[in-house]
Amino acid sequence: MFSIVRSMWLVFLHMFKKRVTIQYPEQKAKLPARWRGRIVLTRDPDMGERCVGCYLCAAACPVDCISLQATQDESGRRYPAFFRINFSRCIFCGYCEEACPTYAIQLIPDFEMGEYNRQNLVYEKQDLLIDSQGKYPGYNYYKVAGMAIQGKEKGAAINEEKPVDIHSLVP
Amino acid sequence: MATIIIDCKTYEVPLGKNVLETCLNLGFDVPYFCWHPGLGSVGACRQCAVKVFKDADDKKGRLVMSCMEPVVHNQHLAVHDADTIDFRKQVIEWLMTNHPHDCAVCDEGGSCHLQDMTVMTGHHERRFTFNKRTYKNQDLGPFLNHEMNRCIQCYRCVRFYKDYAGGKDLDAYASKNNVYFGRAEDGVLENEFSGNLAEICPTGVFTDKTLKEHYTRKWDLTMSPSICQHCSVGCNTIAGERYGALRMIHNRFHEKINGYFLCDRGRFGYEFVNAENRIKQPSINGDVVERTELETRLEKIMKSAKVIGIGSPRASLQSNFALKTLVGEDNFYHGVSDHEHDLAELAVRILKDGPVRTPSTKEIEKSDAIFVLGEDLTNTAPIVALAVRQAVRQDLSGEPEKIHIQGWQDAARKNLQQQRKMPLYSATIHETKLDDICTSANYATPEDIARLGFAVAHCVDHNSPAPEHFPEALQVRARSIANGLLAAKNPTIISGAGCASSAVMKAAANVAIALHKNGIVVGLTYTMLECNSMGLTMIGGHRLSAAFNAVINGHADTLILLENDLFRHGSFAEVGDFLARCKNVIVLDHTKSDSTDRASVVIPAGTFAESDGIIVNNEGRAQRFFQVYESTESIQESWRWIINIGKTLQHPKLQTWQNFEDISKAMASEEPMLQNIDEVNPAVDFRIVGQRIPREPHRFSGRTSMHAHIQVSEQKPPTDDDSPLSYTMEGTRIQPPSAMIPFYWSPGWNSVQSVAKYQHEVGGSLKDGDSGIRLLEANAASSLVYFQGIPEAFVPLEHHLWIVPTYHIFGSEEMSAKSASIQKRIPTPYLLISAVDANIYHLKEQDIIKVSIANISYSFPIKINRNIPVGMAALPYGLCDAPINALPEWGIVETSPLTELHDYVRKTKVQH
Repeated sequence: MFSIVRSMWLVFLHMFKKRVTIQYPEQKAKLPARWRGRIVLTRDPDMGERCVGCYLCAAACPVDCISLQATQDESGRRYPAFFRINFSRCIFCGYCEEACPTYAIQLIPDFEMGEYNRQNLVYEKQDLLIDSQGKYPGYNYYKVAGMAIQGKEKGAAINEEKPVDIHSLVP
Repeated sequence: MATIIIDCKTYEVPLGKNVLETCLNLGFDVPYFCWHPGLGSVGACRQCAVKVFKDADDKKGRLVMSCMEPVVHNQHLAVHDADTIDFRKQVIEWLMTNHPHDCAVCDEGGSCHLQDMTVMTGHHERRFTFNKRTYKNQDLGPFLNHEMNRCIQCYRCVRFYKDYAGGKDLDAYASKNNVYFGRAEDGVLENEFSGNLAEICPTGVFTDKTLKEHYTRKWDLTMSPSICQHCSVGCNTIAGERYGALRMIHNRFHEKINGYFLCDRGRFGYEFVNAENRIKQPSINGDVVERTELETRLEKIMKSAKVIGIGSPRASLQSNFALKTLVGEDNFYHGVSDHEHDLAELAVRILKDGPVRTPSTKEIEKSDAIFVLGEDLTNTAPIVALAVRQAVRQDLSGEPEKIHIQGWQDAARKNLQQQRKMPLYSATIHETKLDDICTSANYATPEDIARLGFAVAHCVDHNSPAPEHFPEALQVRARSIANGLLAAKNPTIISGAGCASSAVMKAAANVAIALHKNGIVVGLTYTMLECNSMGLTMIGGHRLSAAFNAVINGHADTLILLENDLFRHGSFAEVGDFLARCKNVIVLDHTKSDSTDRASVVIPAGTFAESDGIIVNNEGRAQRFFQVYESTESIQESWRWIINIGKTLQHPKLQTWQNFEDISKAMASEEPMLQNIDEVNPAVDFRIVGQRIPREPHRFSGRTSMHAHIQVSEQKPPTDDDSPLSYTMEGTRIQPPSAMIPFYWSPGWNSVQSVAKYQHEVGGSLKDGDSGIRLLEANAASSLVYFQGIPEAFVPLEHHLWIVPTYHIFGSEEMSAKSASIQKRIPTPYLLISAVDANIYHLKEQDIIKVSIANISYSFPIKINRNIPVGMAALPYGLCDAPINALPEWGIVETSPLTELHDYVRKTKVQH
């Protein structure tokens, strides 16, 4: 008897507390930047594609839902010829983002991906690539890599000496 | 045997090895770079440090490079000791100070020895804050990519390229911290084995350029054990597929055949599989048809026709046998020119009925004298040429042993050996790439090569026939060759179909038999023109000319042509006429050719990558290649198509066959020469702990995504009814039998170096032994007597050139010549003539010469050669439309000669 009265009292008191429930979808939740939602491919500060097609995300993916094909353009930059994520399989674990050596693949706080047709959950590169650096602004892989690309010759990267003159005998 | 103590545990190990090898054999993961089982030790990288203690009481010990330290009895070692671990970690850290931040864009990544070793030593954080050294790269041609920044200066590349493969144009430049590995200037790497640099290099300095075109990480490939199809040696390869295209060919270790290395034709010739000119759909009279329509049409054609079948030396035994069964033994013709067939048949007869054994490539590597007759090995059987080079490099003088230098002490041995080498005698039509290591190189026409061979045989054993009117100068040479061979314990005689002369092959047999009669353990190797020439000969069949006659005489009107471009085996006019006379020409092939253009029905066959099959190499070793991937529904193995045709026709035998194994069993029971062919590899139901052998590594990615754009629900992976391999990543991780190893991988060892984990001892045979079955063994009770019929000495004819075939590693073989990267290395057609003949006809290099061969006029730009005999010319096999199959043949020169000069030359020749 006492406990019933006590419970009713407590419920009554809750009427004066701050509301926790959000009236989604009218009201949107505020998600932290590190929230693991929809996957995007970002660009570097020069707006070049960050993805170099190294296949590490695909290898890290526990459900094997990423597939791509690396290729190279005339300037020597590698990029994915296609990049496909099957979101109907994705478990949003974020391993791909962790594996990515170029900060290209990132999980963003967007989860509204519901579809009536499962086939629509297969995202191709044009669906994934965004015109932004995402969470890691300023990073440009080719500025630190040893590969020469157009506009960045050998020895022009950060922390690099000028190329060795192999004909020189000077110590 | 010696007792050694490693980390306080006692082991019994063999003497004569170094500590590194011994540790690896015992399962210790000692990191290393510069050491390679095929190359020996030089101690350049300082990575493999272990501790050696003076005795059990010594607690301090000293660090040594394990690759340079011989195993001795009662040796106390420490591998996992704090000092050694720390030292090895530091060495890696030093090596990494200049290593670029490239793994993401490096083709080596995922199969990189440097990555493996870095992880193994535990170095993970860069403390070095100064700048990295950089280099400029070079363009090294169509096969290899150069990225010098990644170099760790282990010297493996130059040691392989210069010392092992005899290359001249790769070297170390600059000094101290700036050492550079490359060519003197940009340009194509000339050596025929340059592709091995991609595997030899422990990091990504040299990588496969053809793989870069469609780059895939090693872990993403669907791989199968395969056999190289581009020459008769039958090297073992690993073929990898991704997204329905063949991506790369890697070496698959076979102790007896190719060891650790492949030639560039074998490694880069695969691109024909992905080429544009593949036949992908069945067609009738040029119109693409559905499979069902094809079957009904075929049924209609076959029921009312008199059918003959023509086999192929580049198709598997299974396909040839299935065709033979379909058309009946009487209507089956082997698909090579009569001349080529005679040569192959002669080789099989000599090796099967003769007293001399044919050695494996590994045995050639160990022979102590070699006599090559008429074969330009580097271009016809490159891996044999590499083996010959190793044989010559041996030092069997006993000197190293006297001063206790062991086999693996590469630099010391080389210093001691200097110019001392094993004898190699060669007689070829012109200079070859092996001439730099020849004791004596002779250049002559095939007839004179044969005469020299017969003379050598006669010097070895006087019962063998001697050539008549043999010049004294040559007799001296023959005697010195004979003495060299007689002084050897296990010499090898190498010849083959290369100079298209049965006399040369017979001369080689006589030399071998003569040596055998002297009680010497001699080997006799014949190289063949195609990957399954030997197998086709064993299956038999009637002559090609008989097929032509059968159609001309009306005994047959319909032809089934199996994976064969007949125009490579007969003159253009003759074959064209033959195909035109056939009412129906049904061609099963994978690539378009002149023959498929003239076919009424074209059926898309699978290449080696899309097929299972067995081929027989020049050693008589039957080996199986496995399907790498299931192709589209309309492309399937030739033998499967033939079974299907047989089923629609209700053929009594073909009806009962379901899969690969049924054909193999039938073949084993019906073909006398192929009696145990069904034992080449384990049966279809072979399982390891109930599991199949996976074609894909466990890290294979994209399974639920690669086909999602077509259908989001995943389809069932194809099942393999023909082998115990599976098309998935599921299956056993236990080491499969040697014939069925789809890829090499071991925990912590992702690079090709992981093959060591599959061997009994590093560099030795695979744990399960060698794969393949040898079908040709010497007959101890042989009744084979010396061959007679020595040809007359070659006499040049006025206005004529004796035209013989010559070979190019890139271009002479049909399929590899369709590979895009190989095509960049194919020379333009030419006619090779002597400087004297060039003078006679008043021609300069690249001038056009007009020659009529078999009544057809041809024009070739000429190449002038110093060594080719006067009156003879060499025409590259497979590079031009000329009737290569009809060679050797007299060509009538239509370019007019300068008469006076001609007389002068003839006079001087007579005096000579």
